[in-house]
This record gives sequence, C-alpha cells and structure tokens, in this order.
Amino acid sequence: MVHLQDVRFDYDVIARWVPQGARVLDLGCGDGSLLRHLMNARGVSGYGIERDTPHVVECIRNDVPVLQIDLEQGLAGFEDAQFDVVVMSQSLQAVKNTEGILAEMLRVGREAIVSFPNFGYWPHRDSLAEGHMPVSRSLPYQWYNTPNVRFFTMSDFEELCAQRGIVVRERFAYDEDREITIDPNNFASVAIYRLGRAAA
Amino acid sequence: MTAPGSVGTVAPQRAHFDAPLTLRSGGVLPAFDLVFETYGTLNASASNAVLVCHALSGSHHVAGTYAHDAKSLGWWDNLVGPGKPLDTDKFFVVGVNNLGGCYGSTGPMSLNPATGKPWGASFPFVTVEDWVDAQARLADQLGINTWAAVLGGSLGGMQALDWTLRYPTRVRHGMVIAAAPKLSAENIAFNEVARQAILTDPEFYGGDYYAHGTVPTNGLRLARMIGHITYLSDDAMAEKFGRRLRHGEHKYHYDIEFEIESYLRYQGDKFAGFFDANTYLLTTKALDYFDPAFAYEGDLQAALARAQADFFIASFSTDWRFSPQRSRELVFALLHNRRRVTYAELDSDAGHDSFLLDDAHYHAALRAYFQNIEV
Repeated sequence: MVHLQDVRFDYDVIARWVPQGARVLDLGCGDGSLLRHLMNARGVSGYGIERDTPHVVECIRNDVPVLQIDLEQGLAGFEDAQFDVVVMSQSLQAVKNTEGILAEMLRVGREAIVSFPNFGYWPHRDSLAEGHMPVSRSLPYQWYNTPNVRFFTMSDFEELCAQRGIVVRERFAYDEDREITIDPNNFASVAIYRLGRAAA
Repeated sequence: MTAPGSVGTVAPQRAHFDAPLTLRSGGVLPAFDLVFETYGTLNASASNAVLVCHALSGSHHVAGTYAHDAKSLGWWDNLVGPGKPLDTDKFFVVGVNNLGGCYGSTGPMSLNPATGKPWGASFPFVTVEDWVDAQARLADQLGINTWAAVLGGSLGGMQALDWTLRYPTRVRHGMVIAAAPKLSAENIAFNEVARQAILTDPEFYGGDYYAHGTVPTNGLRLARMIGHITYLSDDAMAEKFGRRLRHGEHKYHYDIEFEIESYLRYQGDKFAGFFDANTYLLTTKALDYFDPAFAYEGDLQAALARAQADFFIASFSTDWRFSPQRSRELVFALLHNRRRVTYAELDSDAGHDSFLLDDAHYHAALRAYFQNIEV
C-alpha cells in the first residue's frame, strides 16, 4: 500500500481519535507501524490487515498481529461491530471497491477512520492544467506505476458519504507539517476523516 | 562433520510411562513408550521448550542426522537448527513419535503385554486428543510445564491446536500450519479410499499380517500414491512432470509411460517398504475424527473459547487438501474469542507439501514470529 514519508499527522490525529484501550482493525497496515504506535500510545489491541507478504513479515517482526487478507475480498468473516474503530491510513485510494470497503468498515467497526491523498490539492490541479497527471509527496507515483486506482478529492469523498448515510464526525486536513483549515479541498494534500453511521 | 545451521548428529531417546492411559475410543493402554528427540538446551526456568508435532508419515526425527546413516536427515531439518527459523540456540525443541506410530513409540507393531504378541489389529483407536495427552506426559517427564510454542503442519497443526484447547495454560503459542479445524467430506473420502486399499489387500489378514509373515504392500503403496496426489497441486504436477513420456513415444502398455506414473510408483514403493499399514489406518482415522467443535454442536467459536494461547496460523495458496479457506475458518473463530492471531496466507505452487519447504517468505515469517517469543 502507499506510504507517505511524513505520516506524523496521520498517526497523531488517529491516535487522538481512537479511544484508550479500543479494539482496532487497521486495513492495509503496511509494516504495522501505525498499529504499533496505537498500541504504545493508546493501549489498543487489534489486528492489521495486509495483502503484501513482505509487509506481513515486517508486521510479525514488529510484533503486530497481522492477518494476510486481500481487502478486495471485503471483510467477510468479521462480525458486525467486532471492533471499536476500523482504520485505513493512506490506502482507500488503492482499493477498487471503495464503496464496499467503506460500508464494511462501518459494519465491522462502530467507527471508521480513513485518510487519503486529496486529488484536489492545488499543485495537482496545476499539473492537470499543464496537461499531466500529478506527482507529489502525497501522490508519489507515475501514472503507469501507481498502486492507486481511485483518484478523488475531499469534496468527492464527502459527497459519497452524504449519499451513503455516512456521517463525518471529525475531519483533519493537512499539507506537509501544517494543518489546513481554510479551503482544504484546495490547500490540503492529505485528509483524515472520523466516520460513523447516521443514527437510524 | 556438522553442516552450518545443522543440529548435527542426533540420537532418539525413549520414555516409558507406567500409568495407564485411557483413550477416547474407550481403549486403555496399561503402559506405553514414546520415542523422542531433543535439540538445543532446556533453560533453567524451562520456558524455552517448543514441541514439534508430526503429520501422517512423520516421526520424532525432526532435525539432524543419525551417526550410522548420513542420509537420515530429519523431516523438518530446514526449519530447526542453530540460526534457523526455529533456532536451537534459543529454543529447546522436542520431536515425538505419536502413539500408534511405527517408529518406536507404542503402536500396532509393539507387543501387547497381555498376549505377548504384537497388538496388530487389536491396537486401540487413537485420536489427536490421545496423542496430546501422551505428549503432556512426556512434557511432565522432561520438566516442561508450559511450552513456549507447540508447532505442527497438517495433522501436526491439529495437534498444536488441540494443545491450546486441552491444556490451555500449558502452551503460550499455538502454531497451526496448513491445517484445518476438521476434515471435509472430500478429505475423509480420500482417506477412506486409502484405507480400503489396505483393508482389501489379501496380505492384510485383518491387520494381523505380522503373524502371517506378510506385508500388505500393495494396499499401502496405493494408499500412499493417493496421498501424494493430494499433497501436490495441479500446477506443481504440471511443472514437475507434465505429460512427459518415459520412452518418448506411446508404448501401449501398463508399465510406466508417463513420468507422473513413475513418481507415484516410486513414492508408493518407497513408503510401503518401511511404513506400517496398521499405523497408516489408525492415523487416517485420527485425522477423520478430529473435530473440536463436535462436542459443541459444530460451533467452532464455542469450542475455541477455552484457548488462552496466542496463535500463528499459515496456509498456502495452492494447498487444496487443507485450503486457505479452512485456515481462515480457524482464524475468524479465534478472532471471535479475541485471541491474538497472526495469519499468513502464502503464495506457493507446491500444494500441501509447501509447509515442509523453505520458501523465503514462509521461513521469514516463522523466523520473525519465533524471534518475538519471549523465553
């Protein structure tokens, strides 16, 4: 999955939003460093989900419980509300079945936290205006070798949430080392959302 | 000379147990022997012991070689040794031949003390649970209260799982590889064909072939050939043998034409030359009976509720004998019980046999897991 060099905000914000001692499922957990951070900082328990074998081995090395499962298969096998929080850091854009996985996250978890690179970030718009697909810190790949399969803006994402009855409980947008509060769809390179289900 | 990473020359040991063992089948062994091997050194607090459980045709001889036979390499030697993934510089590793076996532990070839003759067909049925009970007695004798890990592949994985259920406080890590929480109907069907091959061999004499001075070689050979088909994948067979012809042309006879026939006959002959048919029958039945959820109306989650261990589960993509789906059943039932579970679903083209091979990722995963086990 995709890894930013600078994941500090991701880790800090997610750790703030995850309750102490929560049961956490981390989708696309890479080498397990986020879950390790949450275990250390918040005393959480839980599992990482990862498809890629070298990453699975790194998780084991980092003493993070990992389940080697391909997210494209959804989360079949997991029970409803089995986790307090289902996290997906910097991976939503690499999953084809975006709608399905969002629904699954909020089935399996009481809450979901997702972060993703914002395609609407102004340098990306500049690239497109100049006739090229964007390459940036948050989208560090060429079009022909990117593992990302979905390209969307914060506005796009919020529209999808509204349509599917997903409530945005908190939002944090940033660019490099700065939080972005004004016009984040234009100025933020990465967005993090805390999501829940609308009360029935 | 000792090869680097090898445990070197090893010798089996024998433990005798005088107290009777009541088996699940209702049978009782008044006394029994287990042969076993150990590698590495048990530490002062006995916290570094790892039990390696064998599968259908395995034995206590897990690693190293015997002094008199340079070719007698242990069946999981690529995993166990100094600096290997299951590192004998850190762990004290125990391999044991199960009850009913034919490598020295009490089994159908042993003398029944009541008659002074080999048990043969009268040897009681043994189950995975009985094996685990017998292994627990060995652990007692070795001064091991709690295993750092119990590890096994295939039928060995079932024993590792059963340890966590039967003696929840005596195993810290259950390592269940290429296994399943129970056999499928198809699995049992293959076992039944293998058994029928033996049972209907005229040399079998109802299991008392020792007394008749015969060996049901043909039956055992067929049983093993069937087994080997299920241990390989279609891809592995295609790659290894394809439709390659022994003579380069069709001969229109029943001798070996295709190389796959040669392979199966060779494996069958080799196996029939040393393995005991009664042990084969008993062991396939132990496989069939294994089903920890049986006493819980099929509810695996409920059956696993008493486990306290952490788990390492692994499966292989082309294993159709115990497919990844079977391991996932186990994983999710353990998750329901909030066990700490690590699950690796590894790409491999070698089918069920993969668990015995030294694929780099597979061994890296095992190495990393063992490194994090505290002793």
